[in-house]
Amino acid sequence: MSALLGRLDWSYLPSDPVTIGAAIGMPLALLFIVAAVTYYKKWKYLWKEWIITTDAKKIGVMYGIVAIVMLLRGGADALMLRAATALGGPGGTQLFDTDTFQQVFTAHGTIMIFFVGMGLMFALFNIAVPLMIGARDVAFPFLNSMSFWLFFAGMILVNAALIFGGFSNGGWLGYPPLTELQYNPGPGVDYWIWSLQIAGIGSLLSGVNFFATIIKCRAKGMNLMKMPIFVWSVLVTTVLIMISFPMLTASLGMLSLDRLAGMHFFTSDGGGNPMMYINLIWAWGHPEVYILVMPAFGIFSEVVATFAKKRLFGYKTMVIALIAIMFLSFVVWQHHFFTMGAGANVNAFFGIMTMVIAIPTGVKLFNWIFTMYKGRIDFKAPMVWFMCFALTFTIGGVTGVLMSIPAIDFQVHNSMFLVAHFHNVIIGGVLFGYIAGLTYWFPKIFGFRLHDGLGRWSSYFWVVGFMLAFLPLYALGLMGAVRRLDHYDDPAWIPFFVVSAVGVIVIGIGVALFVLQIVYSVWKRKTLKDTTGDPWDGRTLEWSVPSPAPHYNFAIDPVVSRIDEWWYQKQDGLQAPRAEDYKDIAVTKNTPLGFMIGMAAFVLGGALIWHIWWLAIISFIAIVLFAIARTMDDFTEHTIAAKDVMRMDMEARS
Amino acid sequence: MKKYRVVIGVACVLVVLVAMGYFLLRGAHFDVLQPAGDIAKQQRNLLIFATLLMSVVVIPVFVMLGWFSWKYRASNKNTKQKDYKPEWHESKRLELLWWGIPAVIVGALAVTAWVTSHSLDPYKSIASSKPAVEIQVVALQWKWLFIYPDLGIATVNKLPVPEKTPIHFTISADAPMSAFWVPALGTQIYAMNGMSSQLNLIADHTGEFSGYTTNINGEGYADMKFKVYAKTEKEFDAWVKTATQSANLMNEATYARLVAPSKAEETSYRLVDTSLYQKIVAKYGHSMSGESSNHIMPNGSVMDDSKLESDEHVHSMEGM
Amino acid sequence: MNDVELKRDKVQLGFWLYIMTDCMLFASLFATYMILRGATNGGPGGDELFSLTFVLVETVILLTSSYLCGIANLALRHGKRKEFFATFGLTIALGIAFLAMELTEFSHLISEGHGPATSAFLSAFFTLVGLHGAHIAVGILWALVLAWALYRQGSNEDLQRKFGLFSIYWHFLDVVWIFIFTIVFALGVA
Repeated sequence: MSALLGRLDWSYLPSDPVTIGAAIGMPLALLFIVAAVTYYKKWKYLWKEWIITTDAKKIGVMYGIVAIVMLLRGGADALMLRAATALGGPGGTQLFDTDTFQQVFTAHGTIMIFFVGMGLMFALFNIAVPLMIGARDVAFPFLNSMSFWLFFAGMILVNAALIFGGFSNGGWLGYPPLTELQYNPGPGVDYWIWSLQIAGIGSLLSGVNFFATIIKCRAKGMNLMKMPIFVWSVLVTTVLIMISFPMLTASLGMLSLDRLAGMHFFTSDGGGNPMMYINLIWAWGHPEVYILVMPAFGIFSEVVATFAKKRLFGYKTMVIALIAIMFLSFVVWQHHFFTMGAGANVNAFFGIMTMVIAIPTGVKLFNWIFTMYKGRIDFKAPMVWFMCFALTFTIGGVTGVLMSIPAIDFQVHNSMFLVAHFHNVIIGGVLFGYIAGLTYWFPKIFGFRLHDGLGRWSSYFWVVGFMLAFLPLYALGLMGAVRRLDHYDDPAWIPFFVVSAVGVIVIGIGVALFVLQIVYSVWKRKTLKDTTGDPWDGRTLEWSVPSPAPHYNFAIDPVVSRIDEWWYQKQDGLQAPRAEDYKDIAVTKNTPLGFMIGMAAFVLGGALIWHIWWLAIISFIAIVLFAIARTMDDFTEHTIAAKDVMRMDMEARS
Repeated sequence: MKKYRVVIGVACVLVVLVAMGYFLLRGAHFDVLQPAGDIAKQQRNLLIFATLLMSVVVIPVFVMLGWFSWKYRASNKNTKQKDYKPEWHESKRLELLWWGIPAVIVGALAVTAWVTSHSLDPYKSIASSKPAVEIQVVALQWKWLFIYPDLGIATVNKLPVPEKTPIHFTISADAPMSAFWVPALGTQIYAMNGMSSQLNLIADHTGEFSGYTTNINGEGYADMKFKVYAKTEKEFDAWVKTATQSANLMNEATYARLVAPSKAEETSYRLVDTSLYQKIVAKYGHSMSGESSNHIMPNGSVMDDSKLESDEHVHSMEGM
Repeated sequence: MNDVELKRDKVQLGFWLYIMTDCMLFASLFATYMILRGATNGGPGGDELFSLTFVLVETVILLTSSYLCGIANLALRHGKRKEFFATFGLTIALGIAFLAMELTEFSHLISEGHGPATSAFLSAFFTLVGLHGAHIAVGILWALVLAWALYRQGSNEDLQRKFGLFSIYWHFLDVVWIFIFTIVFALGVA
């Protein structure tokens, strides 16, 4: 322990072969990327066009890239876990030690929820929302940049743990007292706390940003009941984010005070109350899963209507259902700990509230089905992903309602049945929805479509892989298999774990096809080019601009008078824009301050984890100074002259 | 034939999955679905009932998904003019149907949830002509300590009980948060430092049942298993007799050794210190203030906690 | 709505949204405090540790500071430079005085062996009240930066808007303090 380096020392390097492999592999991959960028002399381009950008579309692409890379990391974790459990029965082998196993499942959950789920979500918010509401950018572009770099800082911290110090072993929610100093004095839990704390602040600010954007930046004539349903789903989600994320900040903050300052919020002694943590973290945690899934529902509303070439059934009730789910998601959190002994009345109340959510959710499913009814359905990849979702998510919904009955939950809580349920709804709902969204909006951002066949085949492997990987887990739970086990002594469980491992490999092929789809499409981008800006014969405003969308989104501010404005404009006959329609456009300047604050936050997090106090103070002061510098920044926009706008627009449309 | 490609593909996959399922499930034993205790039996019946009720909605959903995607696909040459209605987007009648039917089903499930939340409340004692056997449970890293205060016995990782007799567990921990679960018998409940939770279970017949912890509590988590041995009354009494004469003593010294993080073998002890459980709970000095000093028993009567001795203090955690 | 008005409108909404999230943060800590306030680990509770007189003085200081901030806002909008700097200066000075008193109370408690690491009750107390104090500190820093900008540039629409946001923030902290006074100190001593 030294003043200069805190508790950092060589003993924290990994000692088991798996982690050593990753600890070497990741820096090597990074080195490779740095070498490639240097070789192609792209540093200036990278800095100017991406790192300091305030353009929501580019920020969205960066979120997407980070999320997909993290999907590979989290997926590798999953392969490891299932390989271990397939071999973990009696007569098998311990593939790697238990401590590593526990770190791997903690990292898997943390990464998938915070960096893949939230990452893809913010990618799609940034890419689609301003375009769909007829705006040029989000309400607070600088805040947007800062949010992304805070997210990025959290991502680095999670991965740095692999190289130095190890990650938490307490599960993705880190219940005390296991995560207190008494049982876990090392840096692992601290990595978990600070990567989430920092990324969480980024998420919270994005929630504020997108709520303000939707409320204040809509095109003329687009009142709330004429917005696309995806935008409604984002609006409702941002309300959830703004109300729930501060509770995460508070919970993680108090746990970090317990660990850094010896306080007693959740310790076993000193009067601490671990149950308080569980309540607080789930008061955030439950809204979080609705935060993840509601935009996916919104995406499917757009996808089904577009590919069925039919107006979405029941717009009004879709809105009501979203709002109902929003309210209900705040009064169900206790269902995550029915078995903590709160008593029959409390359990029953929360259980009933939980199953009530199934009603508006079911309504949405029926509305999608009846949008398909008497439509003319084109089964392009996004629509195929919808079918995969409808099949998979419904099963997950059923098991969810089963567990909402406290007496049933008493038998399946924290078993593999639970693990199967939440993967069922997260993969079926969140992941399939976001992949559909990525496929759907990809041409708008990049100017070419993703290869459709590869996308469909990816979905087939994903859905079959899902069945193989997770249906056996329901059975295992009913056999008494508890979650998070790396070895067990009931031989009857082995075939189920083996099938599950095969399933994960099949999903892995699905992931590989998804990545291949992207790589192949980039290679073949000329043949896949989107020449019209409207590759799907879409219904909403984003399809009225050329692909790739220009920096300013709309050359002329759109005016809206009905739902699915673009679709009906096409039917009425499109008018060519007149020269006098073009006006000067103000565009937010790029700034490095978002990036700098993010990097300072990363240093601050690392310093707190390793108890390097002087560095923590300096990086904190740096953040404050950067923030003050930003407030002094008075000239933050530059104008594109109307004639330049007209010229660029004409070129893009030719 | 080409147009049936998708249908054939889906059918093949389904056949393979169902076949795999059959071979996996045939011969497997499911503690939760083939329970050995009355509590677990009620919970299994509840599971089946709720699943059947929900299939009323789910099966039509799957049928419609399949049928509509087939009939209204763009490549379908047999569609007529009337089969494409791009502006049809409202129907109050249909909406009523799918708000209404799920609401009724959820209503039925809600009533079931309320009733069973009470009837299967872990704190609720099981009605029986036989008096309950008292067992105190302490979750340790990474083993289970079972104390039979009235019988003068303690065990580690093994839980002999008489069949057809209610067991009343009082559960605590001297370890990170753990949970006590015997799937063949029913309900699990958390074991927490300084707190006492309660559980009532009964074994309907003799046998050996596996027990686990369901909440991650450190490196030895996967090894923290125990076995319930449900014996006939005669066998149980015989076992009690041998155990009370055991050379192993469960006193504070033995306990101090047990608390240290380690795995353990199944062992029986003679219980020397009958207030051991209370001492373990009191270690964490929870003052219980900030919570009500009385609580409502499952049968509706009000129990004044301040009048209880500490070893009977029931921590109901209402309001948490 | 022209671009400048739209910007002001957006920022106003964004700021109120931020205040709402800050409310949720404080609410979480209030809930924690209320659950943990009896967990004194055998040590003294609020009735023995809190001095209502001291807290009353702190309250008067903070409320006066807030009042003066309102006066300053009016002065700014009416272009009364001298009055503005006088009242704003006092606002900041009183804020600093409040913080000084709070830090004194904290260090007194710690030196007597009642620091935040001694019991759950004290952890909750120090964190809740301390978070409010940290917000005050940030406010003071913000106020100084604003004062400097106004001194250098004189008053303009943009800075008036920013001052308006600062005063919302400052009044919000007042409201939080009222809750702290009631729930922590008044109820603690009762």
